[in-house]
Amino acid sequence: MRVLVPVKRVVDYNVKIRVKADQSGVDVTGAKMSMNPFDEIATEEAIRLKERGVASEIVAVSMGEAKCQETLRTALAMGADRAILVETTVELQPLAVAKLLKAIVEREQPGLVLMGKQAIDDDSNQTAQMLAGLLGWPQATFASRIEIADGAATVAREVDEGIETIRVRLPAVVSVDLRLNEPRYASLPNIMKAKKKPLDVLTPETLGVDPAPRLDYLRVEEPPKRKAGVKVGSVQELVAKLKSEAGVV
Amino acid sequence: MSVLVLAQHDNRTLDKATLHTVAAAGKLPGPIHVLVAGRDCGAVAEAAAALEGVAKVLRVEHPAYANPLAEDLAALLVSLAADYDHLLAPSTTFGKNVMPRAAALLDVAQVSDVVEILGPDTFKRYIYAGNALATVRSRDSRRVLTVRTTAFPAAASGTGRAEIATVAAIEPTGLATFLGREVAKRERPELTSARIVVSGGRGLGSGENFKLLEELADVLGAAVGASRAAVDAGFVPNDYQVGQTGKIVAPELYVAVGISGAIQHLAGMKDSKVIVAINKDEEAPIFQVADYGIVGDLFKIVPELTAELRRARG
Repeated sequence: MRVLVPVKRVVDYNVKIRVKADQSGVDVTGAKMSMNPFDEIATEEAIRLKERGVASEIVAVSMGEAKCQETLRTALAMGADRAILVETTVELQPLAVAKLLKAIVEREQPGLVLMGKQAIDDDSNQTAQMLAGLLGWPQATFASRIEIADGAATVAREVDEGIETIRVRLPAVVSVDLRLNEPRYASLPNIMKAKKKPLDVLTPETLGVDPAPRLDYLRVEEPPKRKAGVKVGSVQELVAKLKSEAGVV
Repeated sequence: MSVLVLAQHDNRTLDKATLHTVAAAGKLPGPIHVLVAGRDCGAVAEAAAALEGVAKVLRVEHPAYANPLAEDLAALLVSLAADYDHLLAPSTTFGKNVMPRAAALLDVAQVSDVVEILGPDTFKRYIYAGNALATVRSRDSRRVLTVRTTAFPAAASGTGRAEIATVAAIEPTGLATFLGREVAKRERPELTSARIVVSGGRGLGSGENFKLLEELADVLGAAVGASRAAVDAGFVPNDYQVGQTGKIVAPELYVAVGISGAIQHLAGMKDSKVIVAINKDEEAPIFQVADYGIVGDLFKIVPELTAELRRARG
């Protein structure tokens, strides 16, 4: 079974981003970029499926500017077999990404798409569900455990109430949550080997998809700031302030 | 044209998240309809019909809706969408699972986790773990939204008298099967609607030590939450997690214990009215958002605080 793993290049999770003074967006100039952490977990899971003999080939896909090749090389160094970049300078939003992924799925015919549940930049949490809908495939979102057997995936999902378990027929789209696994670091020899693995470059035009955004970001502003508080010296002082000043206890 | 709210429920009770979603729907033009799809969900339909501002409830009964599966609920939403300009659900794991699938089938870009409605096509939402607030305008003629429940009040309950219409189910897709749900039974209030939340982080050191927080929570009538670090370490289950990718809370009082305050955690709690931080590291970022901070050993401070509050309450 072939497994497709979409990976997104995002500002590293440790970077505190700055809003541009003219409110036109977020200033990412010079910021450290990394693979979206949820996509690392998806990549790791695909590799483990291959190590267990469940998956036969792992194809990593990224979309955006040419620099996304770096993210794909990271996936290849972790253990993906080959990579596809859909290169475009158009700002890609989840619906467009889902349509582009659908076109890739139709070319590659994977039995499973494994992807992060959300990207840590736009925090949309949409693409996996959209892709599954467009393909008419079942979806298992927010996975914390995946078992594949007899043409189906049994997936434990992290939901607000606890853990829910569903079974989906393959092919399916599974989006992964934090507790699924701990992604490996790529070793130096594997980083070197990854440079020789195949990486194809496509465009939205060759895939026949219009990637134009549907949402206009009119303004991006600093969120309201909390006022700096005070340090108190004792528990008695804290309780007194919570009662008299804050009035919350 | 009207607004359709997809109700979250367990066939017996209407989830509070839906009350907040109905209040958000009130900011949009047109009457509000609530879709209740379930099995033996009459009580839920009646609760929805009694909500302030609801004009009509669409009740759909089918065994396929006994548990919420995105494939069938999205297909149902799509079958009803022609009559609606806006489709809304709460930004809970339920809404997040169903709505993007429906949006894609309708060829609509979803706006996720809306915190403010500025007009029929213009919304505010946070990006980058709450570090930027974006104003977004949809170019689509139909809009699919998920709503951050803490950003909208709860619609008043028991005052409305909406008509309940029975709608026929559509053919189940059979793509997915619900196998089960492990729900921890807890005596304490639910995290996202609690008036007070006490949360623990890596500093607690073990799941056993969360007992300290539970005792504090019991005195305060609070819910117990956790940082991602505490959940990843296995101290507490995933449904405790507060943060960018967990639950968003905005209680009147949030007590952060042994939590350093990574931006991903702050994203989930910084709209709390009053924040208290207890941490041994005086440089911990949590103190930058805390109204009141105590630097010191939580294993000494938390029991003291519990005792002091118990005394103060007589």
